[in-house]
Amino acid sequence: MLSVKNLCASVDDKQILRGINLEVRAGEVHAIMGPNGSGKSTLASVLAGNEKFTVTDGSVEFMGRNLLELSIEDRARMGLFLGFQYPVEIPGVTMANFMKMAVNEQRKFRGEEPLSAGAFLRMMREKSAVVELDSKLTNRAVNEGFSGGEKKKNEIFQMAMLEPKLAVLDETDSGLDIDALRIVATGVTKLHTNENATIVITHYQRLLDYIVPDYVHVLYKGRIIYTGDKTLALKLEKEGYDWLINDYKE
Amino acid sequence: MAEKEILENIDSEYKYGFTSDIDTETIGKGLNEEVIRIISSKKGEPEWMLERRLAAFRHWQTMKLPTWAHLDIPEIDFQDIIYYAAPKARKTLGSMDEVDPELKRTFDKLGIPLEEQMALAGVAVDAVMDSVSVKTTFRETLAEKGIIFCSISEAIKEYPELIKKYLGKVVPHTDNFYAALNAAVFSDGSFCYIPKGVRCPMELSTYFRINAEGTGQFERTLLVADEGSYVSYLEGCTAPQRDENQLHAAVVEIIVEKDAEVKYSTVQNWYPGDKDGKGGIYNFVTKRGLCRENARLSWTQVETGSAITWKYPSCVLLGDNSVGEFYSVAMTNNYQQADTGTKMIHIGRNTRSRIVSKGISAGKSQNAYRGLVRVAKGADNARNYSQCDSLLIGDKCGAHTFPEIDSHNPTAVLEHEATTSKISEEQLFYCNQRGLSTEDAVGLIVNGYAREVLAKLPMEFAVEAQKLLAISLEGSVG
Repeated sequence: MLSVKNLCASVDDKQILRGINLEVRAGEVHAIMGPNGSGKSTLASVLAGNEKFTVTDGSVEFMGRNLLELSIEDRARMGLFLGFQYPVEIPGVTMANFMKMAVNEQRKFRGEEPLSAGAFLRMMREKSAVVELDSKLTNRAVNEGFSGGEKKKNEIFQMAMLEPKLAVLDETDSGLDIDALRIVATGVTKLHTNENATIVITHYQRLLDYIVPDYVHVLYKGRIIYTGDKTLALKLEKEGYDWLINDYKE
Repeated sequence: MAEKEILENIDSEYKYGFTSDIDTETIGKGLNEEVIRIISSKKGEPEWMLERRLAAFRHWQTMKLPTWAHLDIPEIDFQDIIYYAAPKARKTLGSMDEVDPELKRTFDKLGIPLEEQMALAGVAVDAVMDSVSVKTTFRETLAEKGIIFCSISEAIKEYPELIKKYLGKVVPHTDNFYAALNAAVFSDGSFCYIPKGVRCPMELSTYFRINAEGTGQFERTLLVADEGSYVSYLEGCTAPQRDENQLHAAVVEIIVEKDAEVKYSTVQNWYPGDKDGKGGIYNFVTKRGLCRENARLSWTQVETGSAITWKYPSCVLLGDNSVGEFYSVAMTNNYQQADTGTKMIHIGRNTRSRIVSKGISAGKSQNAYRGLVRVAKGADNARNYSQCDSLLIGDKCGAHTFPEIDSHNPTAVLEHEATTSKISEEQLFYCNQRGLSTEDAVGLIVNGYAREVLAKLPMEFAVEAQKLLAISLEGSVG
């Protein structure tokens, strides 16, 4: 589904990604861990097409297409979803309107008719239950006045609405209390099928108690330096990164 | 209505820019006493009206163009303007069937259903083409309630007592340069009278259209809501796309008697000029309402058109416990300039006013909010809340606010809040990542920003206004 080869990217002439290689197949869950500043969020942003970053080398294939040639919105419409670490507020724009536009853009891209108002509202109600969000949400402005926990739940709610092929969740667990973490994480798990894939970027092993990864990658200085299974996360939690990154320190 | 559906219909150009091939009767360019006599006689006005016009004209000649606004106004040659243009009537109109078919097509194109559609929409319309009121729908229905809704020319002839009593009372011809000019040369407009205790059963609407070339448009609207009555009034404006600048100087006067309520909504979409700033309407408008005891006047405006806008719908809160409101979205793009706001004059006791102004500047435009809140000595317990927000799109435009507070009563409570914001890269990226194009995202964000004001508009108008905001922003991003 996703094939990243030797991906290099920079921001303001500063090289952040220095040759990422990553293969993600349908049905898989990948966790990306690593110390602060290793390039985890940059990888997520570059996959989504954030123009702040310049791709300097490498290739990315997504669903058989050259991802790097596509606009941000076409990547999204094809089924690439980014769960934001810091979701932005859009004052005055209701979640209902925002999601209606998003869902219908995706449908239009696939050559489908827009959803009727009734079907859409049913879908909103159904999907907000996935992350135990109040269905009153529909009339609130996008992320405006949301608590930290609500913002993250709202990201997963949007993921539920858009049913992406590939979800990249950028530190979706940061700033969550234990209950919110459980709700968000089980929400993600409920959405997982054999048809889609998830990349979770996280600092903490506890998220992976719920979202069990097939692979755990350690990103350091813009490269994936180690890949293991779910037990790697437990080891990292106990021992830190030092044993891994010593060899790479300059 | 979802923004989506609204944004689906985006046209990239000014969609009202067509001209209609209608037989037009004009008088020559220029302004002098003779021209005013011609206008008055063409309209078959009584002598007293002509005298009023001449008094206004003589006063106007002594006045100077106002220069205090934050506007760069090219010199206007007032002798190079045609002051009267009318679609030539074939004969007196007895029914819709007799209206010039081309004229009917024009109003159809504008989406102004003059006939049966109006019945469904429940809106009574007075359409003013160039200088003359073309057709007032629903007069009979309204007449049953004693409501008068007709062109001001007719009112001068048929209801001279009401006109003498109210015309020029709120905006006298001495008020300002453009009000004096309008009082001298106004050619048509709407008159509306709601009798005591009557709640107008439908929204009343005036549609203004400039068609003829080289003409100025000077309408005069007078709205009287008698004691305990209610009316919601809508006003829309469009003009053809031309390279020349055309002058529009209107006056709107509203009298809200004791316990009455008036809602006045405007969607102003005069031709704004092209992307290089060529052409467009110069829009100099004086709008003011007078509120008696317990009366309430609410102005809502969405201003997207005109090359230059100079407009301050105001409330004189004369009666105790009266309430004035001003809700505004003013958007400028390319080389447009707007200087708009309101005046809330608190004279009665316990008077309250509320101002919500949302400016949106894009392109190389300049957008100013100018407001005055005045509390007179006797206005005990006056309250005002003002909120002035500015949204900037791009880095070549300007937003300015000139709020003035002038309080002469220590019991007054006045609040003022102001914000300036930009559409952030993060917001756009967020929307893009959910599959929205940048253009749709900007339309969505701007409509969200203006939501508080748009929510005050009647439904059909709100939809049109949302579309307009999106269309007017075309090409402002990226």
